[in-house]
Amino acid sequence: MSETTLDARNLLCPLPVIRTQDRVEKVEPGECLLIQCTDHGVINDIPAWCRINGHEVLSIDEQDYEIVIKIRVGKTR
Amino acid sequence: MPKTSSDKPQRKAVALVSGGLDSMLAVRVLQEQGVHVEGINFFTGFCVEGHTHAIRKKDRDKPKRNNALWCAEQLGIKLHIIDVSEDYKGVVLNPKHGYGANLNPCLDCKGFMVHEALEWMKKHDFDFLITGEVIGQRPMSQRKDTMPVISKESGAGDLLLRPLCAKLLPETKPEREGWVDREQLLDFSGRNRKPQMALAEKFGFKEYAQPAGGCCFLTDANYSSKLADLWKARGEKTYEIDDIVMLKVGRHLRPRPHFKLIIAREEGETNFLRGYRRNYLSLNTISHSGPISLIDGEADEDDLELAARLVARFSSGRTSELVTVEVRQKNGESKNIEVKPLTAEDIPQEWYV
Repeated sequence: MSETTLDARNLLCPLPVIRTQDRVEKVEPGECLLIQCTDHGVINDIPAWCRINGHEVLSIDEQDYEIVIKIRVGKTR
Repeated sequence: MPKTSSDKPQRKAVALVSGGLDSMLAVRVLQEQGVHVEGINFFTGFCVEGHTHAIRKKDRDKPKRNNALWCAEQLGIKLHIIDVSEDYKGVVLNPKHGYGANLNPCLDCKGFMVHEALEWMKKHDFDFLITGEVIGQRPMSQRKDTMPVISKESGAGDLLLRPLCAKLLPETKPEREGWVDREQLLDFSGRNRKPQMALAEKFGFKEYAQPAGGCCFLTDANYSSKLADLWKARGEKTYEIDDIVMLKVGRHLRPRPHFKLIIAREEGETNFLRGYRRNYLSLNTISHSGPISLIDGEADEDDLELAARLVARFSSGRTSELVTVEVRQKNGESKNIEVKPLTAEDIPQEWYV
C-alpha cells in the first residue's frame, strides 16, 4: 500500500485541514497519507474532517511540538 | 439525480456554514424538506477559529475544535473548506460598500462569499445556495435593504435562499419551482435570539457555538487598530498572510514610525515566533531569560539598540544594570549587544499598537 507525506508544519488551523483536503483529491482510495503538523488544533480538526468525509484516521503521534497523523483515504470524495 | 420518496428528483443545496447556530438551523430546515445539503466554509485569513488558541500555550489544554467542522458533523453533511485568502484581499483593501465600526467590510464580504459559493455550486452541479442570514441581525450585511444587494452583486440572484427569514423576502427560484416548500420556511427577524433557540431545541441541538459576529478578527477594535497601523507604517494598504497572522500574536510596540517590535508574551508564542526568524530580524535576551522578539520594518544601529533595550525591559533582567541581547539577521548571522533595559516610564503608551 503506497503512502505519501504532507508537510503542514507551521500552518495554523484550518490550513492543515485545507492542505489535507487538497492532497486527498489527488490520492487513490485506500492509500495512506501522513500529515506532519505543528498546530495542536489538528488533533480535533483532521479527525473531524475525516469522519464527515469518509476517511479513516489510523494513528495520531504527538512528540513535543510536532504531530503526525496517518489517515487512509476513503472511497467517497 | 437521486429520487426522494415522493419520486421527485432530490435537489442539492450548498450552504455557507460559519459554525454558528443560524447556519446550522438553516441547513437542518432544508434537510427536513429532503434537500441534500453540503456545507462550504471559507478561509479568509481573518478567521478567529484556531489561530491564537493554537499558539498560546496557556490555551493548549482547552478543548479546541473548528466549529464549522463540528456543525457539519452534527448535521451529517460534508464540509468543504476553501482557501480564499488571496482573492479576499480585494475585499479588505478596497471594499465598495466601506467598512463597519472597525475594518470589517461585512457587506462586501458576504457578497464575495456568496459569489464564491455560487461558482462552487455551478462547478459541482448543485441547484441553489442557502445562508443562515436573518433580517435585522447585523447592522451591515443582514438588513432588508442590503440582502437584495448581496443577491444581486454576488450574481446568485434568486438562487440564494435564506431559510430562516425567507417568508419576509421575495420568493426565490427554489420556492417557485417547488424544490422547497415556502410554507415550511421561517420569518425570523431582528436581534432577538429566542426564535433560533426554540428551533434549536425543536431540532434537538443541545450544544452550539455562539459566535454572534465574533468569527472575524476584522470586527475586533484592537486587531483593526493594528492593521491600520501596519498600513500607515508601510504607506500603502497591502498585506500578506504572514502579516495578518502576526497581528494576532504577541505584544506589538512601535517605538519609531519605520519599525515595530513583536514581542512574545509567553512560551507558546515564543515557539511560534521562532519559526519566523528567517523572515524577520529577531532579538533574544542571552544573559537573562526573556521572550523572543521580531522586528517588522527597517532598523539601523540606533534603532537596534533601542529595540534591544525595549526587549530587555520584557525580560527577567529588567532591573539589571545591563542585559545581553542577541541580534539575529534573517540569514542566521548574529551579534550580541549589551544594553541598559528601559524602565516602564521610558515606554510611552503611544508605542503600544
